[in-house]
Amino acid sequence: MLSRHLAHAMLKRLEVHARLMFQGYEPGKFYDEMFSSAGEVRTSCSDVLEKFEKMTDDEFERRRAACDEHFLRQGVTFTVYHDDRGTERIFPFDPVPRIIPADEWENLEAGLTQRIIALNLFLHDIYHDQQIVKDGVVPQYHIDGAKHYRPEFRGMDVPGDIYIHICGSDLIRGDDGQFYVLEDNGRCPSGASYLLENRNALKRAFPEIFSGSRVRPVDTYPTELRKMLHHVSPHREGDPVCVLLTPGCYNSAYFEHCYLAREMGIEIVEGRDLVVVDDFVYMRTTKGLVRVDVIYRRIDDDFIDPTVFRKDSVLGVPGLMRAYRAGNVALANAVGTGVADDKVIYRFVPDMIRYYLSQEPILPNVPTYLASEDEDRKFMLDHLPELVVKAANESGGYGMLMGPTATKAELEEFRKRIEADPRNYIGQPVVSLSRCPTSCDGMMAGRHVDLRPYIIYGSEVKIVPGGLTRVALREGSLVVNSSQGGGSKDTWVLRD
Amino acid sequence: MLSRVANSLYWMVRYIERADNLARLIEVNERVLLDFGSDGREETFWRPIIASTGDEELYFELNPEGLGSVVHFLTSDRRNPNSIASCIAQGRENARMVRDQLSESLWEEINSLYLFVNSDASQRMLQSNRADYFSALRRGTFCFHGIASGTTLRGEAWAFMELGRYLERADKTTRFLDVAHFLPPEYADSSDHWISILKSCGALDAYRSLKPGPVDRSGVAEFLLFEKSFPRSVAYCFDRIDECLHRISGTPRGGYENSAERLAGKLVSELSYGTLEEVMEKGLHAYLDQLQSGINDVGGEVFDTYVLLPDQLETTPAVEVTTVSAVAAWQMEQEQQ
Repeated sequence: MLSRHLAHAMLKRLEVHARLMFQGYEPGKFYDEMFSSAGEVRTSCSDVLEKFEKMTDDEFERRRAACDEHFLRQGVTFTVYHDDRGTERIFPFDPVPRIIPADEWENLEAGLTQRIIALNLFLHDIYHDQQIVKDGVVPQYHIDGAKHYRPEFRGMDVPGDIYIHICGSDLIRGDDGQFYVLEDNGRCPSGASYLLENRNALKRAFPEIFSGSRVRPVDTYPTELRKMLHHVSPHREGDPVCVLLTPGCYNSAYFEHCYLAREMGIEIVEGRDLVVVDDFVYMRTTKGLVRVDVIYRRIDDDFIDPTVFRKDSVLGVPGLMRAYRAGNVALANAVGTGVADDKVIYRFVPDMIRYYLSQEPILPNVPTYLASEDEDRKFMLDHLPELVVKAANESGGYGMLMGPTATKAELEEFRKRIEADPRNYIGQPVVSLSRCPTSCDGMMAGRHVDLRPYIIYGSEVKIVPGGLTRVALREGSLVVNSSQGGGSKDTWVLRD
Repeated sequence: MLSRVANSLYWMVRYIERADNLARLIEVNERVLLDFGSDGREETFWRPIIASTGDEELYFELNPEGLGSVVHFLTSDRRNPNSIASCIAQGRENARMVRDQLSESLWEEINSLYLFVNSDASQRMLQSNRADYFSALRRGTFCFHGIASGTTLRGEAWAFMELGRYLERADKTTRFLDVAHFLPPEYADSSDHWISILKSCGALDAYRSLKPGPVDRSGVAEFLLFEKSFPRSVAYCFDRIDECLHRISGTPRGGYENSAERLAGKLVSELSYGTLEEVMEKGLHAYLDQLQSGINDVGGEVFDTYVLLPDQLETTPAVEVTTVSAVAAWQMEQEQQ
């Protein structure tokens, strides 16, 4: 009796070991980043896949756990919003990389470069003559209605004439294999530290998958960031003093702030470390005041100077806007860039590219309906169950309606919201994001992913080959945000 | 170095030192109670402890029913900002703010100390086996100091960390000595009491090797105030404080460049040339009181000189009074796209 059980168990174990990791993987009806169809591996992915298949499940699992432990020990954590105790969690990491072949990347790079140039020209225009409005390309009321538009800064020249220095554009790939820009994050895009740390963790835990893989390195990001900060310094003499301004250690991205500051070799400061005297910004050090030339700020506009914006903010620096207007300090990103990543303005980015650059957009937008336009609104209300509805000024997956999975009550709720405040809502068709094999409960299963590359605009446009691939770990889910159960993957851009 | 960073390093170490001292004090007092507390005299022994830490008022506000919750109040009650758990949490909070300045292992140690005082295991220890709790805690703080000393560059950061440690220690030593003031005289003058004070400072063996004979008030006071070779005496602490301050400013010892150095120098000379007779003439309690305000003044001047920088600013920044949690809420609110 006993021996038969034992034999059965042993047989089962043999089966488990004999099964290859990706055997039976089902790409489904979506675009799959690794498989062109069931059993057919894309050529760019075959090497790495073979290397994974040489590992036993146990070994894979053990190394995956080592990655998690690495993140925990290093304190690579984020703080959960709306939690008074400031609970820290690690961002789940999946070891199967997302692979982008050289020619695809080349196209993405060209499209993103075109886009950030147009966005910066747009911001310059909006804060000066508003030619694009006069020429009837973007209606005035959309500009005025954008929550993050700062009309009080019209007429001001910013250092280097750069507004968005760091852009984190979210890209998704549809069933057709085409990349679309889903949104441009031009205020305080975060996540770059995960791009770097994911690569470190994967290299440490799975070194052999890198051999002969032709993966382009990403570790130049902090250097490029520092170069850009130096470039925008308003003072030419000497080495500019750059600082990273953090809201403080309770912010969800605090780890990233520390990480980037350390990697760049610049000080990480809080508002109370800075003081403005005679329209110059200084930091308080134990050796006295030291002048600051460039601030890489990770605080929202509203909080950055209590004498101008929110009066009760203790996170900001009183008088900072005076120094900024006087041209004595550069801010990255500039104040008021939020008008460009407003989800309504987003709809006009392809038009901006045509208007300012006389070029056709390389990367398309996702088709977008504006509830403020009568025709669009009618379409949205008629097709609510098929659409994704988003609030114009929310991010992180908040304030969103997923039509196909929404309950009747949720649909009704959004119908009311759209009718009450049409300027604040847009609608888009559901794009079924591409999927990538992801380790789930010891099995490889397809999970939806997006891609956020980081674009740096200094003396030239630099995009580190890679980005943050976020993955919706829940089966079938299209929401990749870390606040909503998302994880991440290392992103490989291959050399030719 | 950023003033805030200096401030955080200083407070990080101060809070750990505070937790360590508190643990010693409670542990020793509990043992004393085993000998003397059987006849309902708990109050006689616990009240001086919370009086000496300065939290008597808060205690009775939170526990109007009496002294039954003292140990909880001093160890794991987060409503008491000076409880062991609160001190460790604040120390770790300060460490988090200067995470980029600390060695990996130092951060891990303070983090695990924090996880320990918040764990169910430590709560169980407090219920059933307090000696284990205190010994784990003491090991943790020793480990913290050891790693700090073994991995920190001897630069400005280290000077501010030492400053925090010795200011806190000097303050706590004076408070230990002052416990007698709150005790009934028949016990305050017993050698049992003075032995327990020496134990709280980990000083009994050191004392015996220098001073044979009975342990009494004057002997212990002289030892803990003036004995320059004992690392918890006030004189030793102030020698270190004075040295740290001059290392930070780069001026030679014996002179001064700012009021922190001037005040510290004055205390050093008082502790070098003062005598036990002068102390007793003045009264031990009055003398300690004066010493404590001297220590506070040095701390205040360090803050003004290196953190607030009033000399270079016409006005101090208008930081409005808000609670810590409101600030934390704002920090969390900052959207990171």
